[in-house]
Amino acid sequence: MAEPAFTQKEEGFRADNGRGEGRTIPGALTEKQRETLEELGREGLLERYRLMYMIRNFEQRSEQAYQQKKIGGFLHLYMGQEALGVGMLGAIGPRDYVVTSYRDHGVALALGLEPGPLMAELFGKETGISRGRGGSMHFFSKEKNFLGGHGIVGGQIPIGLGAAFTARYRAEGQVSLIFFGDGALQQGAFHEAANIASLWELPAIFIIENNRYGMGTSVERSSSVQDLTLKARGYNMEGVQVDGMNLLDCHALMKEAVASRRQNPRPLLVEARTYRFRGHSISDPATYRAREEVESYQRLDPLRQVRGLLEEMGWLNEQEARELEKKVRDEVLAAVRFADESPLPDPAGLGRYVYA
Amino acid sequence: METNHAPRPEETGSRPSAVGAMVEMTMREALNQAMVEEMERDENVFLIGEEVGSYNGAYKVSQGMLERFGSRRVVDAPISENAFTGLGVGAAMTGLRPIVEFMSFNFSLVAFDQIISNAAKTLYMSGGQFNVPMVMRGAGGPAAQVAAQHSHSLEGLFAHFPGLKVVMPSTPADAKGLLKTSIRDDNPVVFIENELLYGVSGPVPAGELLLPLGQAVIRSEGSDVTIIAHSRMNHVLRMALEEFSREGISVELIDPRTIKPLDVETLARSVRKTHRAVIVEEGHRFAGVGAQIADDLYTACFDYLDAPIARVTHTENPTPYASNLEQASLPSVAEVVKAARAVLYRG
Repeated sequence: MAEPAFTQKEEGFRADNGRGEGRTIPGALTEKQRETLEELGREGLLERYRLMYMIRNFEQRSEQAYQQKKIGGFLHLYMGQEALGVGMLGAIGPRDYVVTSYRDHGVALALGLEPGPLMAELFGKETGISRGRGGSMHFFSKEKNFLGGHGIVGGQIPIGLGAAFTARYRAEGQVSLIFFGDGALQQGAFHEAANIASLWELPAIFIIENNRYGMGTSVERSSSVQDLTLKARGYNMEGVQVDGMNLLDCHALMKEAVASRRQNPRPLLVEARTYRFRGHSISDPATYRAREEVESYQRLDPLRQVRGLLEEMGWLNEQEARELEKKVRDEVLAAVRFADESPLPDPAGLGRYVYA
Repeated sequence: METNHAPRPEETGSRPSAVGAMVEMTMREALNQAMVEEMERDENVFLIGEEVGSYNGAYKVSQGMLERFGSRRVVDAPISENAFTGLGVGAAMTGLRPIVEFMSFNFSLVAFDQIISNAAKTLYMSGGQFNVPMVMRGAGGPAAQVAAQHSHSLEGLFAHFPGLKVVMPSTPADAKGLLKTSIRDDNPVVFIENELLYGVSGPVPAGELLLPLGQAVIRSEGSDVTIIAHSRMNHVLRMALEEFSREGISVELIDPRTIKPLDVETLARSVRKTHRAVIVEEGHRFAGVGAQIADDLYTACFDYLDAPIARVTHTENPTPYASNLEQASLPSVAEVVKAARAVLYRG
C-alpha cells in the first residue's frame, strides 16, 4: 500500500487573467465589463479607486505602526484584495448586512467608514470604532450594519446567516453578505449555514475570498475540490466564480446578485479568486509561496488595473492621479495622528459593555 | 431576599393567596406559557430549535406553538446546533429576540464557539454597539440512565464567561417568571431546565409574572445550617426536608435560581445567621458552581462560619449508565444529611 498523501506537494499558483501587465485596456474589455464601466461612470470609478488606494495606504501605515509597536496583537492585511471588497460592497445598499473575518480593515473602509476611528482601534484607543475593546480583528459598525470582524475561522458565517434570517423574517428586502476565506470553507459552520440558507431560502450571499492560502496551507492541500463553487451543488445553491482582482467583475456580479435576491430571496455562493500580497498576518513572512507566484499576482495588482483603466478612459491624468493619491495619503496620515493623539481607554471603564 | 415570589413547598394545590389566584401547572406548561405570552407581546420573539414545531418539542415544552404562531416564528431547525445558535446571535444583533432551544444542553457543546466567542463577547468587542438579546434554553443536568454524553451539568462552564447570564429554575412559577424576564433581557441568557422536573407540578400566580434575575429565594427557613442547591437538587431537598427534621436539624434551604448573576447577599445573610453551609450540585466537584459560591461565602462571612463549608457534588467520573453506579455518582439526600451533620459536628 502506498504511503498516504497527506502532505502532498502543491504545484503552486500562477496568476493569469490574459491581460498581461495588470493594465486593463478598454478595448480588451468584455461587453459585460464595458456595461459596468458605463454604469459606474467617471465618478463611480474614481470613488472606487479612491477607496482602494485608501485601503492600500491604510494597510501600509498600519504595517509601519505595528513595527513601531503602536499596534499590538494580530494584524491581518488586506493588500491585494482591494478590488474584491470595494467592488462588491460598492454594489449593495446601505441597509444590507455585512460580516467578515479578522481580515476586516478593507471591508470596513470599503463600507465608507472613516479611517480615523479604525486606526484608533488598531492603536487601542478610546476613540476607536470599538472603543479599543476589539482591535484589528474586531471592527464593528452599527451605523453601517457591519456585524463585525470575527476571530474564529468560519465563526462569523452563522452570524451572517442570522442577519439573512432577520431580513427574511421582516421581509424588508435586505441581503446579508458573508465574507470568509478559503480556509473557512472547510469549517462545519459553513456547511451547516449553507444548508439552512438553501432550505429556508435566505438572502445570504456567501463570499469565499479565495486568496489561495489558509495561513500557510494552500487550497490544493486543504480542499477536496479546486473549483470551490462545487461546494454549492450539495446545498442546491447557485455557485459562481469571479476574478477577485477585477473591480468591474466584482461589482457587476454583486449588483446583479443583490438585485435578484431582494425580489426573490435565496442564497448564493461566490468564489472570488484573489491573492494577498502579504503573509497571513504581520508575523508571517509567507515563505511557503514562491517568488514567481507572488510576482505573477503583483502584475495583476488591482490598483494598477483600475488606475490604468481610468487613464485609458481619459478620466484621470497623471497629475490628477497624483493629487487624488496625495489627498488620500494625507487623510490616512491624519488618521494615524488622530489615533496617536487619542486617549487610551480609562481602566475604570473595564467593566463597561460586558452587559447591556 | 425574604420576599418570596415562588411558592413554599407546603403551598401545594391551587388555592388563592394574598397576592392573587394560583394556577396549578407543570414546569413544562409554565415554560410554554412564558414563551407564548412573550411571543404574543413582542413580534420580534421567535423560537428556533430541533423538533420545536411539528413534533411539538422533544419534551413537549413548545406544545401547540407552531399551530399558534406558524412556521415563521416557530422554526424547526436541522440538527446543526452551531449554525442555528449562530443564527440566533446574528438575528439578535439585527433586532430580533430569538429563543434558541437545545433539545438537550449536551448538544450546546457543538455550538460552544457561537455561545462563547460570539454571543457572550460581541457587545464588549464592539465597544457597546451590538447587544445580543437571546435566550438559549433546554434541558440540562443528568436525567435517568442516559450515560456520560447526555448527563452534563454545564452551568459552571457558561457562568465562567462574562457576558452570559445563567438561569436555572426549580419550580414552575420560577420557570415562568424567570423565562419571561430572560426573554426581555437585553443580554444572552443561558436558561437551563431539567428534564426530570418538566412533569413536576406547582402553583403559578395567575396573570403577568416577571421575576428578576439575580434573586435567590429561601425555600424553607431554619437556624442550624444553610443548604444551597439549585435546579433539581433544590427540588429533591425540598421534598426531603422531613429527613432533616427527623435528625433534629433545622435547615434553611436556599435556591439561588440564577447562577449568574449570583445573589451572594441572600446566601451570606443566611450563613451569618446559621454559621454553617452545605452547597449541593449535580455537576462535578472540581471548578464546579459550588466552588464559586463557597469562595463568595468565605469572602463575605468568613468570621461567621463555625465550620468549613461542605460541598456535595457529582463524583469525579463521567456519569455511568448502570443505575446503581449513576446513583452512586449523583448527590443524594443521605449525603446531604451527612454533610449537614458534619458541619454541625454531629459526626
